Amino acid sequence: MKPRHRRIALIVAGVAGLALATTLVLQAFQQNLVFFFTPSQVAANEAPQGRAFRVGGMVEKGSVKRQPDGVTVQFNVTDTAKTIQVAYKGVLPDLFREGKGVVTQGRLENGRFVASEVLAKHDENYMPPEAADAVKKAQATNQKAVNTVVNK
Amino acid sequence: MSSATPQTASGGINWFKYSSPQTFFPLAGTLAPWFAAIAAVLFVAGLYIGFFVAPTDAQQGESYRIIFIHVPAAWMSMLIYLAMAFWAGMGLAFNTRLSGMMATALAPTGALFTFIALWTGALWGKPTWGTWWVWDARLTSELLLLFLYFGFMALQAAMDDPRRADKAGAVLALVGVINIPIIYFSVKWWNTLHQGASVSLKSAPTMAATMFTGMIVMVFACWAYAIAAALWRVRCIILERERRSEWVADYLETQK
Repeated sequence: MKPRHRRIALIVAGVAGLALATTLVLQAFQQNLVFFFTPSQVAANEAPQGRAFRVGGMVEKGSVKRQPDGVTVQFNVTDTAKTIQVAYKGVLPDLFREGKGVVTQGRLENGRFVASEVLAKHDENYMPPEAADAVKKAQATNQKAVNTVVNK
Repeated sequence: MSSATPQTASGGINWFKYSSPQTFFPLAGTLAPWFAAIAAVLFVAGLYIGFFVAPTDAQQGESYRIIFIHVPAAWMSMLIYLAMAFWAGMGLAFNTRLSGMMATALAPTGALFTFIALWTGALWGKPTWGTWWVWDARLTSELLLLFLYFGFMALQAAMDDPRRADKAGAVLALVGVINIPIIYFSVKWWNTLHQGASVSLKSAPTMAATMFTGMIVMVFACWAYAIAAALWRVRCIILERERRSEWVADYLETQK
């Protein structure tokens, strides 16, 4: 073995060992590395109790209700399996929409999540408005087809 | 290698010829202006497509146009780090002088792209997410990358002997390489506020064709710029480190 081969082997072994160590550390801290918890995790009591945490999911369609005072909003965050009710007082981000992703920070109070901050979570799809309309139309048509089949 | 001819016995190009600073110096000088010219053309084309041809996004409106600089910069920040770690590793393994110089030359450009990715991301985050910054896995690991670049540069600058500086920097660069897959896969492995990848090798991009074209042109523009900048910088480093050699004295004489 030439010295330079030994050095290459040493470097490869070093980086591999370090990668393994990092993997183990990241596995151990899995819980602390998540930015938010899903409503299912909250329902399963996996979210931290008694301190602030974040809940992320979709804003349930038709669930957004504005209170008469104009700044308090109520909506449901869902991951399609479980749903959690959120109350928030403040300005919502531009991309806050029903049926779109959201991450809220706050704490649980009597089964309701009282948020101090609401962030919009954007998805990775980029398309012009015309294409978005076309997708919506196609989905509506499919839904109609499904409904006719089911009703029969 | 001290062979004077660029041809090996097998007939291919003798790449080792260019592992010597003296032979690489003129090659870098010839290549750099070409890459700079390619970068200039592609930047103009990419920005034109990005601002005038690509359509508005259905959800984000005009603010999505950040991707034409943010995504290429973020990719380059990771890629340049890999290149830097590769050259640093080569320098450790083969004990070649030029490898360490290449690693040193790449670091500032990598740091620049990392900073651009973080900064444009923050500017985009405020109107879309509703915040400049969050400590999610993607953003935090990218910030760590910026600190790795700074650490590499600071460590090298702190040592007077360039050969020792190369070795110490190489170890740091190789340790930090672990961070690259963490940045890339963070949006898959953990819940993050940052969205997942729109473009991957495995599936079709989840974006409209003109948007994708503009972004890819900008990616190649950034590649060309990074290569040009690194080649120019490595020429300066070669001159500095080899200043006591005869050929540098001869070269500087011709420049007067």
